[in-house]
Amino acid sequence: MGILEVKDVNKRFGGLQALGDVNLSVKENTVHAIIGPNGAGKSTLLNCLVGKLMPDTGSVMFAGQSVLGRKPYEINQMGISRVFQTPEIFGDLTVMENMMIPLLAKRDGSFRMHAYESVEDEKDLRGEAETMLTEVKLLDKQDMLGSSMSRGDKRRLEMAMCLIQRPKLLLLDEPTAGMARADTNNTIDLLKEIKEKRDITMCIIEHDMHVVFSLADRITVLAQGTPLVEDTPENIKGHPKVKEAYLGEAA
Amino acid sequence: MLGLRKKDAGLLLLVTVLTVMAPVLLNPFPVDSAMAQFNAGYPDLMQRFVIFGIFAIGFNILFGLTGYLSFGHAAFLGVGSYATIWMMKLLTLNILPGIFMAIVFAALFAVMVGYISLRRSGIYFSILTLAFAQMSYALAYSVLTPITGGETGLQIKPTDTPLLANLEPGEIGRASLFGLEMSQSSIIRMGGWEFTLNVGYYVCAMAMILAFYMAIRIFRSPFGMMLRAVKSNQNRMYYTGLNARPYTLAAFVISGMYAGLAGGLMVAMDTQVGPERMFWTASGEVVLMTILGGAGTLIGPVLGAGMIKYMENIVSKINDQILHTWFAFLPDGLEDAVVAMIYPFVGKGWHLTLGLMFMAVVIFLPGGLLEGGDRIRNAFRRKRTGKEDTAKQRTPAE
Repeated sequence: MGILEVKDVNKRFGGLQALGDVNLSVKENTVHAIIGPNGAGKSTLLNCLVGKLMPDTGSVMFAGQSVLGRKPYEINQMGISRVFQTPEIFGDLTVMENMMIPLLAKRDGSFRMHAYESVEDEKDLRGEAETMLTEVKLLDKQDMLGSSMSRGDKRRLEMAMCLIQRPKLLLLDEPTAGMARADTNNTIDLLKEIKEKRDITMCIIEHDMHVVFSLADRITVLAQGTPLVEDTPENIKGHPKVKEAYLGEAA
Repeated sequence: MLGLRKKDAGLLLLVTVLTVMAPVLLNPFPVDSAMAQFNAGYPDLMQRFVIFGIFAIGFNILFGLTGYLSFGHAAFLGVGSYATIWMMKLLTLNILPGIFMAIVFAALFAVMVGYISLRRSGIYFSILTLAFAQMSYALAYSVLTPITGGETGLQIKPTDTPLLANLEPGEIGRASLFGLEMSQSSIIRMGGWEFTLNVGYYVCAMAMILAFYMAIRIFRSPFGMMLRAVKSNQNRMYYTGLNARPYTLAAFVISGMYAGLAGGLMVAMDTQVGPERMFWTASGEVVLMTILGGAGTLIGPVLGAGMIKYMENIVSKINDQILHTWFAFLPDGLEDAVVAMIYPFVGKGWHLTLGLMFMAVVIFLPGGLLEGGDRIRNAFRRKRTGKEDTAKQRTPAE
């Protein structure tokens, strides 16, 4: 049994079958990549996992519990964090405040009316945030506004915000999209470091084969809404079905 | 001090000193001087300054922090006013129970309006709140006449005999706080100057200082940070395990309670209320105050409220005769020309001045008057140190 079990998930948008009978099992403490050409249904699948979309049929189980019908914030509280294609951070807040919010969400739940205490007094949480910021090399920028940072820094901040909640599963939606080669390599190094340092399961959706092959333990290839193959990176590389899906070559 | 950081404590102290000294500070001109009409230190106006200050502080907790622009906050002001006047008509002439009920009823009404309106954001939210406020106004004006007094509104009459007041038959009750009447004043004369210290004003001033203190606590609290997060990125909030809905509803209800408090104080100072208090222009006024002063800043809304109320009461009193006496030293033809030029901007035309000022602030100082103050201060600091300022620029509210 994997930590995330997707069974027979179907999703239609009008006449388009976005997902057809998707089965997926993500093992604990592995990096699982989902690849596929444009329009293969990768993002739709991800949205079904985090509560943004509701599949028409099928089930999605996370750590033995169904996530279907739950709101995104409830799913996060279960232990799933998500990194977006374009970094989603709190642009009007400082880097430190950006870190405090996920920490408070983890400690106090989805809503708590703590209107009389001061953020300044949360010394423990600040310490925790500083440790995490050191790890992603953003400590010296802690008083900067989120919106005034470079894209690479925003990406690192977003990852730090997700990681500080100690999620059991981290979903990454094209974490290197639109990045220069050097930034991509930095991100790969960061993700590798994260993987080594803590017990975390990651599920990556990615276009860039370089990223996928340097990180993933297992790869699922998605084409036209259905999984073609699931295997180790070595076996995927020369797989005829994959070549066909990507290049349109006859196998 | 009081669980505040140095800078905030300083701000609170400044506001306290300014409000306590207001009867003196706002009367800088001797009574007999030609400038005496610019004196704003009379109780009626000062009460309005602080009451609308409270209203704007509360509105700013919703608009300044979460970015939700309510266009119906005057409804809570009205609900608070009606609650207070009924308490004074029926129970006691002491203002405290009335003000307490004003806050309670405004909160209940805000829960209802907020629960429905907060299902939408942006312009749709604004329109929903506007619809609620106009509906309340129309109801108060017509079908709710038994409760609201309709067009004529409600006031304390000789026939009203509150349960806990010992009034002579036919005596008109007056608002008081444990026997201290709101209308009591002591006048201090110093040379040509005259300062009026009014009980009602100081009651309102205390309420505003308390309201301001609580606003600081909210701004600096985790709750306040979450409200700013709502404005910044709701999507990230949901994927960080936070439900934005109860946060916005709480902010809405808190700002509704502030409005209720303001409405209650209005009645405590002047024991009458009419439905026009809930009209949409009253809702628009508090939006203007907040933006003019600086949305999302602590003291900005208070400044904005003071500015607008000052213009409404002082600039509007300058008529053409006064202008003619000012410019009497000019040759006749020139005098008429100058007066004709200035006249549209003062007296009944004060709205024009306000409108132009508002446009100038929104275009050149999106952070409100406070941003103007910051810029001036920074310009001086730059001159002294010869260094570029690195101060964060205020970001305008949407």
